[in-house]
Amino acid sequence: MSSQGTEFTTQTALEATIPVVSFESVSMRYGQSPEVLRDLNFTLATGSFHFLTGASGAGKSSLLKLIYMAARPSRGALRIFDRDISHTPREHLPLLRRRIGVVFQEFRLLDHLNAFDNVALPLRIAGRKVEDYQSDVVELLEWVGLGHRLWAMPPTLSGGEKQRLSIARAVVTKPDILLADEPTGNVDHAMALRILRLLVELNRMGATVVIASHDQDLVARSGMPVMHLEDGQLSTLAPTVSQPPTPEPVGLDE
Amino acid sequence: MTVQHHPATALQGAAILPLKDGRDGGLVFTIAVLSFLACIAVIAALAADRAAQGWARQLAGSATVQVRPMGGLSGPEAAAQAAEALAGVKGVLEARAMDRKSAEALLEPWLGKGNIPADLPLPQLVTVELDPEKPATAAALNQALKAAHLSAAVDDHSRWMADVRASSDTVRASSAIACLLISAAAGAVIAFATRQGLAARRDIVEVLHLCGAEDPFVARLFQKRFAGLAMRASAYGALAAAAVGAILRLTGGSDGFSPALPIAWTDLAACVAAPVLGATVAAVSAHSVAMAILREQV
Repeated sequence: MSSQGTEFTTQTALEATIPVVSFESVSMRYGQSPEVLRDLNFTLATGSFHFLTGASGAGKSSLLKLIYMAARPSRGALRIFDRDISHTPREHLPLLRRRIGVVFQEFRLLDHLNAFDNVALPLRIAGRKVEDYQSDVVELLEWVGLGHRLWAMPPTLSGGEKQRLSIARAVVTKPDILLADEPTGNVDHAMALRILRLLVELNRMGATVVIASHDQDLVARSGMPVMHLEDGQLSTLAPTVSQPPTPEPVGLDE
Repeated sequence: MTVQHHPATALQGAAILPLKDGRDGGLVFTIAVLSFLACIAVIAALAADRAAQGWARQLAGSATVQVRPMGGLSGPEAAAQAAEALAGVKGVLEARAMDRKSAEALLEPWLGKGNIPADLPLPQLVTVELDPEKPATAAALNQALKAAHLSAAVDDHSRWMADVRASSDTVRASSAIACLLISAAAGAVIAFATRQGLAARRDIVEVLHLCGAEDPFVARLFQKRFAGLAMRASAYGALAAAAVGAILRLTGGSDGFSPALPIAWTDLAACVAAPVLGATVAAVSAHSVAMAILREQV
């Protein structure tokens, strides 16, 4: 995927100084239930890499939902790509969403589409022609180690294969933000390391990455900054301007 | 890089909504029945219209003149003179005084054969056959009778024709209303199915949205799916209606089905419109319902 590197890094100097995600006193609730996220204040710098940790129910998935715009804040100002998401009309969201790749804990693959079509889905939605993206998709599937399973249907894939397929779908549009919700939750340790290396590589190509994870060992070994959610609040603040990822993240070698 | 060892269809891009759905059977049946009813209504209306036109043509092609004996002329003499006068009018093909025998034959259905006394005064009638292309008007016939100094009343059948025309209009309007109601019912059924489909495929719709799909993209998927389904179901209904029409036409002989409903083979061609109309109604209904539901989401 050498071609991706150049595209990820073609940002103007101005864009690089504006945080890609900015939370200002953001709270969120579902319907009339109590707030699941309270008074969050943080920014994510372009090209940064963060782990998001916290116990089950701490609000990790809800925080990611806010960033991929599947939910809106109930209070506060949320800016993504320098757009005020709380007040952006619904019909403007799809184009912003296309710049965000999401890897879901439960994969959310379409079972009636084969691996190739699942990965190609965001490109079809963006109106691209199959002749134009065919080789990119195949190359990407080979990169995640699924080159031999192009026409396999998701129900026939193993947990690790599904996980890598959903990563491939999340990155096929070369997104500016990559969110992953427990991407190593369903795989063994060796596969978890492999997936983490994949996400670090994408970050090196320029994507801002946030990974929600339970896996304390993996988080510690990566040496990446951590945002910790506890009871709907960030207890460990991320650096406001995060450093680019360390050239060789420690502890990721097998 | 080239892609090898893949099914030929794979690169066409599979349908984003699953093609087969077990719940489709009832929907196909309902739309097919609606399409069948609409086609039968149209075929019946076309046949009834043809019957009405036939009757109207017969009525328009003739007139009846009742002559009153006057100025020393006997009834038959007056009728003969009237026939002569009327035959010369432009737009009249033939004018013939009705003899007593024919007049008695007309009364037989009411009085019975042999029950008509020989001295019963019967009206003196002249039957006038008009040129169907340019029939003479009642005014022209009256003018000619007046010029011949005859007292007579002209019945150009316009009163009957108005009745025939009114009943033919009623049949046509009823058929149009039936088709409209059936189309509306089809639209409502599709709207319901779209609502169900969006709920049942919520997982897929969410993934599409998260992959950056705009509402019209998602709505078009449901529009395409239900338009295709409605086209197929309407075609089944139309075929069944055409088959019924063909059987009626065949068993009815030269009259079509009956003199009141003379079905022509060309009437069956109306069934061709059903799949197109069904697909259009379904497309409009599915798209508008899907858009309305999607707009309510986050």
